Amino acid sequence: MFAGVCSHAPGITGRSERADSALREPFYAAFRTMGENLQAARPDAVVIIAAEHFANFFMNNMPAYALGMADSYDGPIEEPDWLRIPRRVVRGNANLSRRMIREVQQTVDVAYAEEWRFDHGIMVPLHFLDPDNKLTIIPANINCQGPPLTPLRRAWAFGEALRRAADVVPERVAVIGTGGISHWPATPDSGMINEAWDRHFLDQWASQDEDGMLSYSDEQTYRDAGQGGFEIRTFIAVAAAARGRGTVHFYAPIPIFAVGCTVATMEIV
Amino acid sequence: MSLYQLSKLLYQLNRDEDLKVQFRSDAKTAAKSYDLTDEERRAVLEPDIGLLYVLGVNGQILMHYAAFCGIEWPDYLQRMRDGVKQHGPVRAGVYAMLSDFQDKVAGV
Repeated sequence: MFAGVCSHAPGITGRSERADSALREPFYAAFRTMGENLQAARPDAVVIIAAEHFANFFMNNMPAYALGMADSYDGPIEEPDWLRIPRRVVRGNANLSRRMIREVQQTVDVAYAEEWRFDHGIMVPLHFLDPDNKLTIIPANINCQGPPLTPLRRAWAFGEALRRAADVVPERVAVIGTGGISHWPATPDSGMINEAWDRHFLDQWASQDEDGMLSYSDEQTYRDAGQGGFEIRTFIAVAAAARGRGTVHFYAPIPIFAVGCTVATMEIV
Repeated sequence: MSLYQLSKLLYQLNRDEDLKVQFRSDAKTAAKSYDLTDEERRAVLEPDIGLLYVLGVNGQILMHYAAFCGIEWPDYLQRMRDGVKQHGPVRAGVYAMLSDFQDKVAGV
């Protein structure tokens, strides 16, 4: 009933004053507008497909895919002063999660988590999309950080499974993906952005070019789009779930935010 | 090399308030239960952010340790550049530096 993708880099909130306001303000405005449209769609729950950064999942036991199954979550796990987002308790819906997980499991061996502390990957989007903390959230995760990573084809299948799950439950379920696109976060190369690569990927995403989106090897992505580019999996999952045409409402590289800042929505077909 | 153990220490420190308190009062003891090489232990305790980066600690873990140590973002980026200059290229992981030492890609 509503689908979109957005950026989540911690600098978006944590280093806001260092960005050029001529870029920052239109980006923030597009982010907030997406939130207003999401809220206007009256979702009973929003699945946020994130690529968390070792807040909950680590290489001792790394799931390729995970879904939250709790009645509440909290975040940010980072210092609120560092991220400049206050701590909040976010409402979940364990019962709805359980029903959706059962459907997803028909085709994807998804892990579930009854505890989940949101990092910037979810908190930065929520800061703009749900400033008043009204929404019910179901966190989803795709491991995009600790290789070996799930193949892109499987990320597509995860998106398809989420769509089936959203269709079988009576609740109105929205889906938001958050990630990359190209970036080299938290390295000396932070601020490097491959705009041409990003725009090409976004074109493929918006036009539902499944073969194009799934054609990247991790080696190619690493070379051209950095380790942050692995997060295209979240965008791919949203495309598979929504099935419609995408509209990019905002895209601009903002180096101090370390990423090509993106706000886009997709029709549900 | 025990990059996994080194990363695990920082991962747990990032998410465990009790460990943070313990680490602030006695980092050496707090780090004892992790199987680290002498070089890794020294890098954590100093802290030598540049060396931790070169050893291959994922930036998504390392940037929070830097913040925990009170290091501002521009200084964090500079310490990683200095680390490569001093200790050579990144030895493991997926966070190798591509730019030159003098490049300030994000403008800081």
